[in-house]
Amino acid sequence: MKTDVLIIGAGGAGLSAAIAAKEEGVDVVVVTKEYPTRSQTCMAQGGINAALGNVESDSVEAHIQNTLKSAHGLADEESVRYMCEAAPAAIAWLESIGVCFSRTKDAKVAQRRLGGASAARACYAQDYTGLKILHTLYDEALKKEITIKNEKILLELLQDESGMISGALFLDIRSGAKERYFAKSVILATGGYSRIYGKNSTNSIKASGDGIAVALRAGAKLLDMEFVQFHPTGLKNSSILISESARGEGGYILNSKGKRFTNELAPRDEVSTAIDAEIKKGEDIFLDIRHLGEEFINTNLPQERKLAKLYESVDPVSELIPIKPVAHYTMGGIEVDNNSQTNLDGLYACGECSNHRVHGANRLGGNSLLEIVVFGKEAGVHAARRAKSMESHALASTKDDFLEQEFANELDFYASREMMGDILYKKVGIVRCERELREALAFVEESITKLPLMGPKDKSERYNTNLVEFIEFRNMLDVAKSVIKAAILRKESLGAHRVVEE
Amino acid sequence: MKVSIQREFDFIEYDVDMNDATLLEALEYIKANIDSSLTYSSACRSGVCGSCAVRVNGKESLSCAHKLEDGDCVEPLKNVPILRDLVVDMDRAYATNAAAKAWLQTYNSEAKLTNEDEQINAIQSDCILCGSCYSACPVYAVNGEFLGPFALTRVWKFVSDKREGEPKEKIDIIQTNGVWDCTLCNECTVVCPQGISSKADIEKLRVKSSQFGYMDPNFGSFGGGFDGSPTF
Repeated sequence: MKTDVLIIGAGGAGLSAAIAAKEEGVDVVVVTKEYPTRSQTCMAQGGINAALGNVESDSVEAHIQNTLKSAHGLADEESVRYMCEAAPAAIAWLESIGVCFSRTKDAKVAQRRLGGASAARACYAQDYTGLKILHTLYDEALKKEITIKNEKILLELLQDESGMISGALFLDIRSGAKERYFAKSVILATGGYSRIYGKNSTNSIKASGDGIAVALRAGAKLLDMEFVQFHPTGLKNSSILISESARGEGGYILNSKGKRFTNELAPRDEVSTAIDAEIKKGEDIFLDIRHLGEEFINTNLPQERKLAKLYESVDPVSELIPIKPVAHYTMGGIEVDNNSQTNLDGLYACGECSNHRVHGANRLGGNSLLEIVVFGKEAGVHAARRAKSMESHALASTKDDFLEQEFANELDFYASREMMGDILYKKVGIVRCERELREALAFVEESITKLPLMGPKDKSERYNTNLVEFIEFRNMLDVAKSVIKAAILRKESLGAHRVVEE
Repeated sequence: MKVSIQREFDFIEYDVDMNDATLLEALEYIKANIDSSLTYSSACRSGVCGSCAVRVNGKESLSCAHKLEDGDCVEPLKNVPILRDLVVDMDRAYATNAAAKAWLQTYNSEAKLTNEDEQINAIQSDCILCGSCYSACPVYAVNGEFLGPFALTRVWKFVSDKREGEPKEKIDIIQTNGVWDCTLCNECTVVCPQGISSKADIEKLRVKSSQFGYMDPNFGSFGGGFDGSPTF
């Protein structure tokens, strides 16, 4: 198949890119390993930042400064400024395509204050901001008649002799066939890599960093991979997120002795670090909202009560909620320039798989949804313009023969995958030391060499999720390796990367 | 605990030693430990991505939101082609959104939405497109072209939105294989994990259709055909 712009990933970033590229007048094809509305974007709850000043005085400058402060000096000011200045127009655009934002009494888009913000800046849509933005982008993509190909997982980027990216190879999950898509520009919008932490992550099980791993194998540069944001209040067993509002409304964090040990309203990384220290002392940690009362909980935290009952079998009205900090967002990603272009000619990236240098060492709440819209559109425009400047498609053949080998199936990759998640959580988690990082690296490198001894047990051509999960596991190992290597190289603590001497 | 799952050719019973687990956790356990060929869909694990809808004991449920009980019987959704085991092909179901033109056609930038306006379609925009309503809808048994519950709920979402400058166009589209084909049986409401009632939205669209001059075609022919015999 041939198209002008090929977009891989159909979450908020991919769809924003697709709409923008289509508006430039080129042919667009979007390929996703799921369906668009099932992407990670739907899980974002908090909001999307824009200094609109709808409920209290605010300024773009304050948004920029809050973002830079949270980034601990690692963000690029020009890039941050671009995003924050573009934010009001991004909200206006989302408004114009029908996003059902919550409203103020005087008919403006409602805003609330998230951690680290100097004003109420996050526009929200009840508790479903990401869901409603994602679904509205999907509606708009249908309106624009954008071609969306579902259930095809990326295997490899196609490169011509000069190294230029000219398309991609996918596995059609339904048929098991490999399919080549040729394009004049390719945009990766494949999401983050929090799932390298296995079950210790709030993320969708599909957040396996496929695009990053595939781009890395094609020669793309990655940037700041060691920065992973841990959310302090994941449910202990399932890692399902209990939103920040539980603390915002007055919830306490307690240890096994029933004692509070941290300021619950401090930024995420501080609270996570304090909890981690207690856990390492052997304490179990709980979120306590009992004192807020049943009526208040039902009115203000209904979602949290439902999740705790369903996934942890406790009723927060009368019981403590067992929690632990879990991987939530990955700041690192594929390095891109101001046009969202990677170091590989013809390859662009946007969303959580990319690093636009706006989150630095720690992302500010409410900036991830903003990033996917602003830089998604940006990537779409630039990729489309490049496609228009090219006369013909470059052709290339595949090089990655990983799946062609005979897999011995002596080792169970599900067991290795579970070990990877737990080892990374323990040794490449909230607080890191060089010895443990090297131990984790040794495990990951050994696992990579053992992949031929693993392999999918299910030999079905048709809808083989065992094979898909094996492909994702390989991707996660490659991404984990780059995370650990970057973490070893950064000797000083910075933002979400905390180093201790032994 | 025993759980029976409809596989390609037959139901297979699995014995899992899990307490307080969701069905999705049981499926994950079976795949990783008992049978790697078991095929199902999932993503967010927390009821918001709409990937994991199946039928449990005959009723549509999200796997991630169903607490496993001994003897549970799990089947794929209905009215959609089965790809493998519990995975169904949603392409045609989702195509109803495009067929119904479920999007904001013409933006009326003058419209100012208030708190009350927000409430009008807040719940309709909670839809996660899990397909439960599509599976439960009996109209598909007789009319494969029916736009169906979730697409019509989306249409109502936009028709009821003051920002939509041309609601009439949407109303025109849903006259055929749309609002009048629904039997108002309410099955869609019963199975919706988000508490949405497509049946109620369809009734509102019928009222709106009447306001635009459309009549219930079933009502119009009531009283008999040309030969005097009753038609229904």
